[in-house]
Amino acid sequence: MRLNSLEAFAELRADLFNGMEDAVRTLVIPAGTCGRASGAEEVIQAARKALLQDGIADSVRVRVTGCHGFCEMEPSILVLPDGVFYPRVKPEDVERIALAASRSEIVEELVWADADTSAPIPLQEDIPFFKKQRRAILSRSERVNPEDIESYIASGGYAALFKVLERDDPEWVIGEVKASGLRGRGGAGFPTGMKWEMLAKQPAGDGKYLVCNADEGDPGAYMDRSVLEGNPHIILEGMLIAACATGATEGIIYVRNEYPLAIKHLHLALEQARELGLLGHNILGTDYSFDIRVVRGAGAFVCGEETALIRSIEGSMGEPRQRPPFPIQRGIHGKPTSINNVETWANIPIILEQGAELFASVGAERNSGTKIFSLVGKIKNTGLVEVPMGMTIQEIVYDIGGGPSGDSNIKAVQTGGPSGGCIPASRFDLPIDYDSLARAGSIMGSGGMIVMDGRTCVVDVARYFMGFLKDESCGKCFTCRKGTQRMYELLDDISSGKGTVEHLDLLEKLALVVKDTTMCGLGQTSANPVLSTLRYFREEYLDHIENKRCPAGVCKPLIRYTINENCTGCRACAKNCPADAISGERKQRHVIDAEKCIKCGNCLAACKFNAVEVV
Amino acid sequence: MNGMINMTLNGLAVSVEKGMTILEAAKFYGFPIPTLCHMEGLSPYGACRLCVVEIGEAPRSKLVTSCTYPVEEGIIVRTASTRVLRARRMILELLLASCPQSKIIQDLAAAHDIRQQRFRQEHEDCILCGLCVRMCEEQMMAKAIGFRYRGEKRSIGTPFDLHSEECRLCGACMYVCPACQLRCTYTEPDKAICGGCANLSPPCVEKEPFDDMMCYMAPCVACEIKKD
Amino acid sequence: MEAHVDEQEIRLIINRHYSNCDGLIAVLEEIQTSYGYLPESALRMVADITGRSMVDIYGVATFYRSFSLQPRGRHHICVCMGTACHVRGGPMVAEALERQLGIKAGETTVDGEFTLETVNCLGACALGPIVVADGVYHSKVDAAAAKKLVENLEAEQEQPESEPAAAVSSL
Repeated sequence: MRLNSLEAFAELRADLFNGMEDAVRTLVIPAGTCGRASGAEEVIQAARKALLQDGIADSVRVRVTGCHGFCEMEPSILVLPDGVFYPRVKPEDVERIALAASRSEIVEELVWADADTSAPIPLQEDIPFFKKQRRAILSRSERVNPEDIESYIASGGYAALFKVLERDDPEWVIGEVKASGLRGRGGAGFPTGMKWEMLAKQPAGDGKYLVCNADEGDPGAYMDRSVLEGNPHIILEGMLIAACATGATEGIIYVRNEYPLAIKHLHLALEQARELGLLGHNILGTDYSFDIRVVRGAGAFVCGEETALIRSIEGSMGEPRQRPPFPIQRGIHGKPTSINNVETWANIPIILEQGAELFASVGAERNSGTKIFSLVGKIKNTGLVEVPMGMTIQEIVYDIGGGPSGDSNIKAVQTGGPSGGCIPASRFDLPIDYDSLARAGSIMGSGGMIVMDGRTCVVDVARYFMGFLKDESCGKCFTCRKGTQRMYELLDDISSGKGTVEHLDLLEKLALVVKDTTMCGLGQTSANPVLSTLRYFREEYLDHIENKRCPAGVCKPLIRYTINENCTGCRACAKNCPADAISGERKQRHVIDAEKCIKCGNCLAACKFNAVEVV
Repeated sequence: MNGMINMTLNGLAVSVEKGMTILEAAKFYGFPIPTLCHMEGLSPYGACRLCVVEIGEAPRSKLVTSCTYPVEEGIIVRTASTRVLRARRMILELLLASCPQSKIIQDLAAAHDIRQQRFRQEHEDCILCGLCVRMCEEQMMAKAIGFRYRGEKRSIGTPFDLHSEECRLCGACMYVCPACQLRCTYTEPDKAICGGCANLSPPCVEKEPFDDMMCYMAPCVACEIKKD
Repeated sequence: MEAHVDEQEIRLIINRHYSNCDGLIAVLEEIQTSYGYLPESALRMVADITGRSMVDIYGVATFYRSFSLQPRGRHHICVCMGTACHVRGGPMVAEALERQLGIKAGETTVDGEFTLETVNCLGACALGPIVVADGVYHSKVDAAAAKKLVENLEAEQEQPESEPAAAVSSL
């Protein structure tokens, strides 16, 4: 059914609002890629079965959504509208939860338990992980079934677009986005309103492009995936608003190939929006016309760079080109192109809905709004956290993240992925915003936050990122291709005990030149992991060089596995050793033959008595 | 003046034609900028990074490749600042570490007083400047060779490493190559001994048989060696 | 032995995705879905039909990581090498699989049964290390679990065609 006027849309929305009965309880089950990997589908099945078997389908409903962020606790169930949260739900417990929900009760032993007192905390908003967050974008995913446009409209979706179409004033839209202070969430933090203004000023000629950069290549960051999977329409709405504001004619969403579920949901969303007349010619009967298509990447990190992304859309190798001209002047097929990140797009409807002023009141000076981070690594509460800009790392890591996952202390967080840097624990009072992070030698990046503890080696992490970059560099410009390769070589030497003090000196000098002379953002930031770790963790580098020692016990050539007196002689380690390096009689202390040992770590994982040590 | 742009070049106020690159402007005023991937008649590529110059004023100045950067009104350019030279020397050291046998690179390194090479020595020869690729496509209208793979695996050659039907064996790719050109002809052409053409990447010519194949190098070193 | 490539099918794929150079990547992706890899003859057909130079097409086919010019094994195992998986032991899982299958990442076993690959991040970082086997996501995998995973796949092939496994499961 195609809606041919704004009135028709308003009617549909009113109908959908009326269909929402407050008395009905909804079991919200997140089933993004991560939810499914932890067994959400069994939980969904169990829930559907329980509703039928117990005859409560009238008072309780199931809503399958995308990811809400607390991935560590999935599969989970959130009961709305009460807001009761059940973590790590087992299929056999679903029926109790459903029955309790139908009677407005809570199953106390299945809700979140306080870490110290074990007291139950039933409400999601009271759980420490959620308490300090401000979930402007993520909370919307709880209310939306991503496969159904009506569910999005019923939750207030496309209201901002409606407002924009009704007002029909492109300058006002750009003014609002500028006033909101929104800066690009892809990493560099360029003011979005300014970018749009520049695009609007470009001659219309034979068209302008809007691109949603969903090539989330940063390893360890997945907030874009969660928004794409969980709320694809919010991105379409953001792009439609921009199209009205800038006169753009064509939209492209460039998605990583590694996100099959996101691609599926995007295609569905586009189809449904087109059917309703929200996309295509004469949107909702107005004079605006705009359509969006999905372009899949094929596995290249560098395609997140704007000029490379354009080349990739044009069907070529994803090589960046030297700027100027900038994409806003000459982009896809030479036409003006504005490229914004997924999270930026998701913020647009929110700004237009609530007004620029309210949006700008959240966050910090020159850094307004919220930002989603993916908090991963050696942290207790892994997941996506959305916080106001300007929150300190301390708050994110300890108050929300719950501190270290193991018994070792947190020593640093790495922000910004391979283009970012490490921030040591001593500087955790740093507020998270574009400018503070840049001053500390890192970048905001797209929002990856990898927590490292005493068992994480900074040399190994720097080497990991450099290994990543030397593969992902397009290879066009010499200093990026050779620079990353040589930095990797130097780091590899250091991590295998062959490093000298001269290595450090050369590494630093090379890193600075690479930063200075490469063509695109990938190369220019590729030195950050090296420079920031050298700045804050030089001691650890020197330990590798002078004492041939890896304090974290990670760098293989510098470590040795041994078995201590805790050994009970259970033979578990010997059975799991692929190299036949462990010998010893049953019930006798075992011995590892250092000559044969390949340091795979199987024995450490197999031992239940803490008898295997890394020295 | 119409179509002219005023700029500051190494402290001199100069005016140049609109549309020129910084490299062309600097060359016009007699400031040499070394480059390996630039050649008149081929489109600018910006791959070797040797031609970087500093534009703007500290602390907001930055390095850009002069071969791709068009002159702008009022732009301040320094072609040999400390920062530029530091970068250029490091790039040359990297080049020397990967491609030590190129006469052009050796000369540039000597001119920049590079006295050490601290990286692990490689003998890659090809620096992927892309001159041959652009030559083949833009001047010879053939497109027989191109870039393949990415990152450290990037190379130049024909699809599947098979003889390309587009290739007319014109030899232009070898002629423009800064890494092997002087090695192939040596300082005295008749003493050329490297046999580079037999091991060439891009392999325009199939590796076997060489004997009666038309070759721009007459006599072809590889063929001569084979006959012995 | 190269797969037999049906020119009609290639034409259909090109018609579906290709216009004005756009869509080459989608074309190659679909060819790869059909044949499991990119056969040389298919690439040559794409060049002939679209009129684009073979050099460009080969460049694109080798530039992007998800394309393979070699036939791949019947079972496809992919280890995530994202940062979160890395700090939680992803490389050890990959090494364990390499040892067990006797191949390096990126290679296919001689019998054509298994292809082992690594990927730079699947975006399921909370559950690392992640291994995807024939499209099924396995979370928090260690060396022992990886071993079991391969054994399960090996056992599977001895049975006659059974129900396709659920798209996603956990170990």
